[in-house]
Amino acid sequence: MKVPLSWLRDYVRVDLSPAELAHRLSMAGTEVEKVERVGYKDGVVVGHVLDVSPHPHADRLRLVTVDHGNGVAEVVCGAPNVAAGQKIAFASVGAELIDGYTGRPSRLKRAKIRGVVSEGMVCSEKELGLGDEHDGILVLDTDEELGAPIGQVIGDTILELELTPNRPDCLGIVGVAREVAAVTGARLVEPNLDYETGADDAADLARLAIEDSDLCPRYTASVIRGVKIGPSPKWLKDALLALGERPINNVVDATNYVMFELGQPLHAFDYDRVVDHTVVVRRANEGERLTTLDDVERELSPDVLVIADPMRAIGLAGVMGGANTEIGGGTVNILLESAAFDPSNNRRTSQSLSLTSQASLRFEKGLRAGLSEVALRRATRLILEVAGGEAAKGILDEWPGKADETDFVYLSRQKLDRVLGAGLADAQVESTLTSLGFSVSADGEGWNVKVPYWRPDVGIPEDLCEEVARIIGYDELPLRVHADNLPPWSPNPELDLRGRVRAGLTAAGLQQIITYSGTTAEGEERLDLPSSTPEFVHILNPVSAGHSVLRRTLREGILHAVANNLHTWRGPIALFESGKVFHNRGEGLPDEREMAVGALAGPRAELHWDGGGGQLDYYDARGVVEDTLERMGIAAEFSPVEDATLAAGRAAEVTVPAAGGLRVGVVGEVAAHVLEAFGIDSGPVSLFELDLPSLESAVSASQQGGAYRTYIRFPESPRDLAVVVDETVAAADVVRVASRNRLVTSATVFDVYRGSNLPEGKKSLAVRLVYQSPSRTLTAGQVEKAQRSILNALSREFGALQRQ
Amino acid sequence: MTDSANGNSSATPQAIERLTSSAERELEALGGEGEKLEAWRVKYLGRRGALTSILRSLGSLPAADRRVAGAAANRAKARLEGLLDKRLAASGTPGPIGAIDVTLPGRRHVRGRLHPSTQTIQEILAAFNAMGFQTVEGPQVEWERYNFDMLNIPPDHPARDSHDTIWIDRSGGDGILLRTQTSPMQVRTLESTTPPVRIVVPGLCYRFEATDATHEWQFHQIEGLAVDTDITFADLKGTLYEFARRIFGPDRKVRFRCDFFPFVEPGVEMAVDCFKCFGQGCRLCKQTGYIEILGAGMVHPNVLRNAGHDPERYTGYAFGMGPERIAMLRHGIDDIRHFFANDLRFLTQF
Ligand SMILES: [Zn+2]
Repeated sequence: MKVPLSWLRDYVRVDLSPAELAHRLSMAGTEVEKVERVGYKDGVVVGHVLDVSPHPHADRLRLVTVDHGNGVAEVVCGAPNVAAGQKIAFASVGAELIDGYTGRPSRLKRAKIRGVVSEGMVCSEKELGLGDEHDGILVLDTDEELGAPIGQVIGDTILELELTPNRPDCLGIVGVAREVAAVTGARLVEPNLDYETGADDAADLARLAIEDSDLCPRYTASVIRGVKIGPSPKWLKDALLALGERPINNVVDATNYVMFELGQPLHAFDYDRVVDHTVVVRRANEGERLTTLDDVERELSPDVLVIADPMRAIGLAGVMGGANTEIGGGTVNILLESAAFDPSNNRRTSQSLSLTSQASLRFEKGLRAGLSEVALRRATRLILEVAGGEAAKGILDEWPGKADETDFVYLSRQKLDRVLGAGLADAQVESTLTSLGFSVSADGEGWNVKVPYWRPDVGIPEDLCEEVARIIGYDELPLRVHADNLPPWSPNPELDLRGRVRAGLTAAGLQQIITYSGTTAEGEERLDLPSSTPEFVHILNPVSAGHSVLRRTLREGILHAVANNLHTWRGPIALFESGKVFHNRGEGLPDEREMAVGALAGPRAELHWDGGGGQLDYYDARGVVEDTLERMGIAAEFSPVEDATLAAGRAAEVTVPAAGGLRVGVVGEVAAHVLEAFGIDSGPVSLFELDLPSLESAVSASQQGGAYRTYIRFPESPRDLAVVVDETVAAADVVRVASRNRLVTSATVFDVYRGSNLPEGKKSLAVRLVYQSPSRTLTAGQVEKAQRSILNALSREFGALQRQ
Repeated sequence: MTDSANGNSSATPQAIERLTSSAERELEALGGEGEKLEAWRVKYLGRRGALTSILRSLGSLPAADRRVAGAAANRAKARLEGLLDKRLAASGTPGPIGAIDVTLPGRRHVRGRLHPSTQTIQEILAAFNAMGFQTVEGPQVEWERYNFDMLNIPPDHPARDSHDTIWIDRSGGDGILLRTQTSPMQVRTLESTTPPVRIVVPGLCYRFEATDATHEWQFHQIEGLAVDTDITFADLKGTLYEFARRIFGPDRKVRFRCDFFPFVEPGVEMAVDCFKCFGQGCRLCKQTGYIEILGAGMVHPNVLRNAGHDPERYTGYAFGMGPERIAMLRHGIDDIRHFFANDLRFLTQF
């Protein structure tokens, strides 16, 4: 919404600078997005035509001598209306103007025109960017002295407002003027609504019927006979041009002027083309057709409200008039409409027909019916002024929705204090509301407030609290830190667990990423997820084809991130994401399941002078999982598993014995064909996935905060044992069997060897066993005995041989 | 016993003094050759050198003697090392024996980081947690009625313009959408709780929005809600001012202006004075000296009523803010698309 300051000043005195005014309006809720100065042109000043003489070599051109305050210049001019004694806009060489022919900005150059040097230019409206007029020069009516910047005469300041949807009144300049009056304390001058009428009653000249009153709470109309359609006077054209609106003819321009002035769109019908001079407001018939003013024939449906005469539709209510009753050069009598329409229906109609206009924009915000009559009278007065004619006595007025209007809102003192927490004085409350146009009557306990016709947004006492607060200024109101009770604390295990997982993963050196929740079915197909994976949640209107379903797994996003980073990042790539995946449950909302996923790829360490450490692999990923789970007090087991995303034989499921073997996730190296599908050619990429709801069960089963056990004070006796076993024997099983011996307090594999001096299919596992007794120092003999018994157990269970 | 007796005899302070004097004399007699100096070092200060052996044997002395002899041995060692260093420096040998290049980079432990959005969210939540707000979360896929209707945004309400919505495809039934805001949790919480309520709600939201430098279709929001029998506009101002000081610094000035959100009345927008130019006006604050941080307001009576509470008994305030926007302002990030591109060149800067 653009508001020229000059137009605003028709209704309210403005002493503030534009910037200060903008600030005050913004603070009170009418946000001023931009303050723009127009009409100021460098190098263009007020000049005085001293003399006009013929051009020696061209009949149509003349030589004009101009006093521009800083001297006298001779310019060549083609305009027929230039004359001695005029005040004009003089542009000196170098001025930035609009080219009269191309319409583009251009810089004025010194020119020789038909042998005579022109030292500048006398400007037309178009050259100054004021309008389309280019046949003659702009003659100024000004007292400004010669040489004054042209902006002081023709310049204006435009406030560009960013309005909130609740304030359609500010879609009229008078509405903005009311805000200005309220915040500055200036007096508002209302537009003049009075006009002379003829002898005939409007009710005798036309008839009106609202058939669908649910969509049209009020319809008013006046009849003006004997108008003379023609171009608008300059002031009216200028006013519309300042808002970027093209003038059409005096009647249409007057209605548009009132729309910008009061925010109420109006429409003028050619009275004589309205059959029976009868207006019917009704839903369209199925398949009914109407050619609108833009010359498009539209097929309508009963969802659409039309203005009709007894024969046919003559306009789309609140959106656009019909061509069949359009005002034209031959129009003599007009029927002027000003009405209120249901905002929702209006919005749907303009959207379904892809017809948005300045009118529909205002109607869909919901205008109060009280405004209809005010705007009708104002527009009637203006049409009489600019197009002549005679208005009928009275107006046509159907107001079926009158009972639904909120006229009064009661604001109690108690409510005001309870909402604002400020003890405002009665007088301040009353004067603030009055300054906005509310009528206030106090009854000792509060105020009965009459809501003016231009404020559809005020309907409850809280609305009035805002009115008072915003005009006084939010910053002027008191501030306190809660004096109330705190709610009892309640735990949030899901959030706590996520926090611990994230803390564990970052401590393990992983970088958190956040990927999009939307993906495609094809994208996830690359992961070969099991067929038991729940259905997708499909998006009806995806923002792009790449986000047509909600993700069911976090694996895709992280592999995509790994693939991208492998191109640009030389160091280790160690990422994790924790977030929701979405599983369709068929009924109701989907299951939003909290997962965490990690991926490791690239070198194990940054480039370092002391050497690196090879590529990140399965054991790095597993280490991250072990660390993270251990921090949560979870002891996990890793056993081989098949998972089609992961390489066969290089994947483990993570289970928690303390929780009955509950599976909490998987870890493994990504299968070659999956890497290929993600465009990754530099493996390995290791991946792990943790299911947080399962982790939550595992945490509670792992007896958090269990009792402290005293550590053993007797010395440890470490012994190493190397055994040769089949390749298929899992290290974890060897450790498990060794740990069965009650003197063993820890068993750690510290070497795995395969090589030429071992038979094919065999490997050697070196295990450090630590023997310790809680009750005595072990003798060498006792340790030897235990070591032998472990070796025996290993050879019994796995055919292990001690490596010599 | 013999070993021990020998050790003891040489570990008296007098014996140490004798040893030191002869070592000093020997060093003075030496030329400047590195090899000879090294041989001297090995003889007295090396791992098996005379002085080192004395130090090692201290353990077998009675405690009182050990203290005296130990101090004497350490003094002697420091003296001999100092003399050697001087001779080495004079002879042009580059630095003390066993010197390392201390300018080489250390062995670093890899540092994992949280995503900048998460970091910002955690900071904001911590500020509110400290003021008694508890963190709760809600579903990202939400019923239309929670996202709109119950928040006083009926169908066709003009406010839905600014909430271009991504809908879930389903046949019939009530509308399901990707939540456009975290505000639905206001209603969900109020439905299931008797005030006092004081919550903050972080989470992802989604809007049907063409993506550019300042728009993303996916983004985080943090919602806040406080409802009780005696909460006023003054509490809203006080709490949000306190928050601004905690997040943007104790000297921040705040500004509250009137704004419109359908689920609050009165509606508020809070700005803080620009933390780049301190209110002087710069590009970050578009020359206004202030930066918009969050929207807020007193909970609309319809919202309380929709959730089953009597607006004559309870009042409250709500607020909402975008952590990505705040992170962008604080770090000077020029493009919101960085947040979900997951490029390590971006993420590792925070
Ligand atoms: Zn600034």
